[in-house]
Amino acid sequence: KIQIFCHQMSILQHNGSSVIAMAGKNCVAIASDTRFGIDAQTIAFDFSKVWQISDKLFVGLPGLLTDSQTFSEKLKFRVNMYRLREEREMSPRVFSNMVASLLYEKRFGPYFVEPLIAGLDDKNEPFISGMDLIGAPVLAKDFVLAGTADEAMFGMAESLWRPDLSPEDLFEVISQTLMSAFDRDAISGWGAVVHVITPDQVITRTLKTRQD
Amino acid sequence: MATQQDFNFDLCARNDLLKRTGMTAPGAMKTGTTIVGVTCKGGVVLGADTRATNGPIVADKNCEKIHYIADNIYCCGAGTAADTENTTELISSKLKLHKLATGRQPRVSTACVMLKQMLWRYGGHISAALVLGGVDINGSHIYTIYPHGSSDKLPYVTMGSGSLAAMSIFESEYRDDMEIDEAVALVTKAIAAGVFNDLGSGSNIDVTIITKDGTDIRRNYVTPNERKHPAAVYYYPPGTTAILSEKIVPIAQRKDIVVESVEKMEVA
Repeated sequence: KIQIFCHQMSILQHNGSSVIAMAGKNCVAIASDTRFGIDAQTIAFDFSKVWQISDKLFVGLPGLLTDSQTFSEKLKFRVNMYRLREEREMSPRVFSNMVASLLYEKRFGPYFVEPLIAGLDDKNEPFISGMDLIGAPVLAKDFVLAGTADEAMFGMAESLWRPDLSPEDLFEVISQTLMSAFDRDAISGWGAVVHVITPDQVITRTLKTRQD
Repeated sequence: MATQQDFNFDLCARNDLLKRTGMTAPGAMKTGTTIVGVTCKGGVVLGADTRATNGPIVADKNCEKIHYIADNIYCCGAGTAADTENTTELISSKLKLHKLATGRQPRVSTACVMLKQMLWRYGGHISAALVLGGVDINGSHIYTIYPHGSSDKLPYVTMGSGSLAAMSIFESEYRDDMEIDEAVALVTKAIAAGVFNDLGSGSNIDVTIITKDGTDIRRNYVTPNERKHPAAVYYYPPGTTAILSEKIVPIAQRKDIVVESVEKMEVA
């Protein structure tokens, strides 16, 4: 029997998470906090909500973390089968469509995740997309974000993002956006991880953040 | 994997349990919206705003609400974004198969019937309010389709949270048999009324003109809400953010080896 306390508001606030993806010049970045909590209790500090799908494709799954884990495994399975059958990697656009399709299948009993997809396609063009829990896609040119600190992240991102950011600048912008936002959110934070994807390499950095 | 024609209800029991123990389900992204359609001399003109909302937050500042159904038929969608997106895509696929089976250009009434029959079957739970328009062998048509599966065939229609603002413009200024340019100006004015007065609508104005000679898609026809990025540059020099660890993984570069050989076909 699940022990749920009556001050509970929304299913998406049971665990708490914040994820953001941003596009730069020939690069993309995706970042998440690393708190794993159940209601008010923090269980772990190293639970990233971003999973690597292939060399240049990442997916972030904030929301109910049990669904994040299950859904990420479903996605890995589908991408692996595609790779075996087609003998090529799934492009970010196709992956995004597949995620939307899998979510809409569960239209009347959904997974409680709000996926963010970030990657570089075959021609190393940046691609980011986000969607709501039933797969309505948002194809943005600048940034997509989701999680319990989403309103704060929107404010930061609208102020800090500008077009054609280099990988170094993109890292600073996305890190400051995420941290400034989740520092004002009680249920996300406790560390952050940022992946910057460029045509030649993926740079993964963990950030020094407030631990409260 | 068996082919699925319908929704999957596997997680419903689990989600009901969560709801019963006090957790409220999150909301889906809606399109708020002002969408309109008007018939004119020689065709139809569809218009839509480009804001998608998630509660009070703007989730997408420039989404596309005029969906492709066929080369000569387009459909604006208001309501739950995932529902309008998937419903119009499904009917577009069905209509393509229908076109291949009949060998004829699809008719707007066919699209209308397919859409309303599906929405009726789901009892209004698929929250898609649509403005369907197109030109076929029988002329130019505008339909409006409601989430429970009813439809109306009218010379001018508006739907969405901004429909009252847009309809006020239509009721003042609509005339039968307008020229295409006049109709586009009227549609633009109606959507603008929604953009500036309705909270659920905003950003840009998309227009699509369908005539018997083809379709003219004017995405972001008017952009009255542009913002300079950014107003002031908040520059963080590299090294601002404190890092605990860094890992760099090089990406293996693909090298395609193409073997070309020409083999002549044996015909002897």
